[in-house]
Amino acid sequence: MSNIDPQTVAHTARLARLAVGEDELDAYVSHFRALLDFVADLTEAPLEGVEPMAHPLDLQQPLRADEVSEPDARDAFQPLAPEAADGYYLVPKVIE
Amino acid sequence: MWDKSIAELRTGLRAGEFSAAELCAECLDRIGAAQPRLNAFVTLDAERALAAARAADEALEHGEDSDLTGLPVVHKDNFCTAGLKTTCGSRMLADFVPPYDSTATANIAAAGAITLGKTNMDEFAMGSSTEHSHFGTVRNPWDLDRVPGGSSGGSAAAVAAGLIPFATGSDTGGSIRQPAAFCGVTGIKPSYGRVSRYGLVAFASSLDQAGAIGRSAEDCAWLLKAMSGHDPRDSTSVEREVEDYPALLDLDVGGLKIGLPREYWHGIDEDVAAATMRAVDELIRLGAQVSEVSMPNAPLAVSTYYLIAPAECSSNLSRFDGVRYGHRCEAPRNLADLYSRSRAEGFGAEVKRRILVGTYALSAGYYEAYYGKAMRARHLIADDFRRAFESVDVLISPTAPTVAFGVGEKEGDPIAMYSADVNTVAVNLAGVPAISVPGESASGLPVGVQMIGRYFDEARLLALAHQLQRATDWHTRRPEEIAGEAGR
Repeated sequence: MSNIDPQTVAHTARLARLAVGEDELDAYVSHFRALLDFVADLTEAPLEGVEPMAHPLDLQQPLRADEVSEPDARDAFQPLAPEAADGYYLVPKVIE
Repeated sequence: MWDKSIAELRTGLRAGEFSAAELCAECLDRIGAAQPRLNAFVTLDAERALAAARAADEALEHGEDSDLTGLPVVHKDNFCTAGLKTTCGSRMLADFVPPYDSTATANIAAAGAITLGKTNMDEFAMGSSTEHSHFGTVRNPWDLDRVPGGSSGGSAAAVAAGLIPFATGSDTGGSIRQPAAFCGVTGIKPSYGRVSRYGLVAFASSLDQAGAIGRSAEDCAWLLKAMSGHDPRDSTSVEREVEDYPALLDLDVGGLKIGLPREYWHGIDEDVAAATMRAVDELIRLGAQVSEVSMPNAPLAVSTYYLIAPAECSSNLSRFDGVRYGHRCEAPRNLADLYSRSRAEGFGAEVKRRILVGTYALSAGYYEAYYGKAMRARHLIADDFRRAFESVDVLISPTAPTVAFGVGEKEGDPIAMYSADVNTVAVNLAGVPAISVPGESASGLPVGVQMIGRYFDEARLLALAHQLQRATDWHTRRPEEIAGEAGR
């Protein structure tokens, strides 16, 4: 259905923010091709006019009162961070 | 003590035949002895468990007990447990100690059960063999050269080997039912929305559902009752009263209409098909009426699932960015490098494959061709169930096409592994409940029989499974002693 090549995989990896080495591209190309071949029964099925179903339940979005219900737990969460200081999460410099 | 049912353990604790502390210590010993062979556990919480068991003994003494007081339980390692490492079988979360409890495990603790530890699993619940864990492959207690199934393979192996009376699991496409089938135990995936997903690390949010694994339907009934219920913290949890499953096990199942879906028997091993039919024959003896039904869109289910699940996974797992928690790479050059290298190092091969396929299926230009189509097919698959349940009460099929396969047998061929999920994934796409119970196998390796019910018909599924188990002894077979041997 679509032509999968190393560029497609590299582009998808960029979208997914996943570092993929040059030497890994071929294996992913093979997997993509095999998977898309595997799902061809579906992609070729006549499904025009069928309503998409995103979720198993006919849910109404339940709304709660617009009141604070969760306590501030920053002190519990920040020790989990690879790097945090003074209540901030630290990341490398974004603007050079 | 270790081979007693939940009912027997409850009675024994209350009669003072043994204490919760003794029971807890015995399970911890057995877990420790079996670990080198099975690798069913990632983390144990022995000290806190023993302290909780002593507190349970006091509660029992003062008559302040609840349903599960003093009973040991273990949780799949994707349920957040406050103060206890929750790895999801991933390097990404190898050191993650959650500051809060999942609602399901908190409910189980509130019912009095004691958490002994966390069980090994396929990384982020993606897999059908528990070979994809950062913490190593789990082995099947019936044959150490075979897989226990997955992704709740650690929980199923632990129950099968008599290390623990019952355990939690999660099921996105069969991850409770298939390992239950491979390990010869009972596993129930309830209706979507029955158990809160709050604190259950997300894989595919419209498919994920927590459930119970035990040595019998009756044991599962106790655990499912404790973990179920509406939770305001999960907007997809359903506001509907939890039935008293253990009290309803004797529900009249005579006259129950059972449907055998024609499409669920393709490519099924003879031994597995025969075992399933023997279970059906038993149910006829119990008064059930059997007919054949058609689920014409069932052949699309695996393809549909293997587009929708990766799509949702790619979205859910985008939260792992190396900033707020989880693995971070060394010396990132910039923020983009930090994201992409932390994720590449933190995730294993199968998770990366699914993130990439899911990202592709959702990407501009391909969305309608893949994810869009899959959502349309999902509607047809769910309609098949709706139609079938107009004429029958329960559907029965083999859980998996084969008995447990060999460790490494499907390595390098992910598609072959996906194909074997053929009989379990449609249940998640529709959101209906299903249970896998052991059948009578000719080969000596366990086989699973799947019973699928209407939305929120868990009580009836458990009653049917229980009455089948009362009439047969298939679920009482045990593998050769693993914990004892290792202990000698």
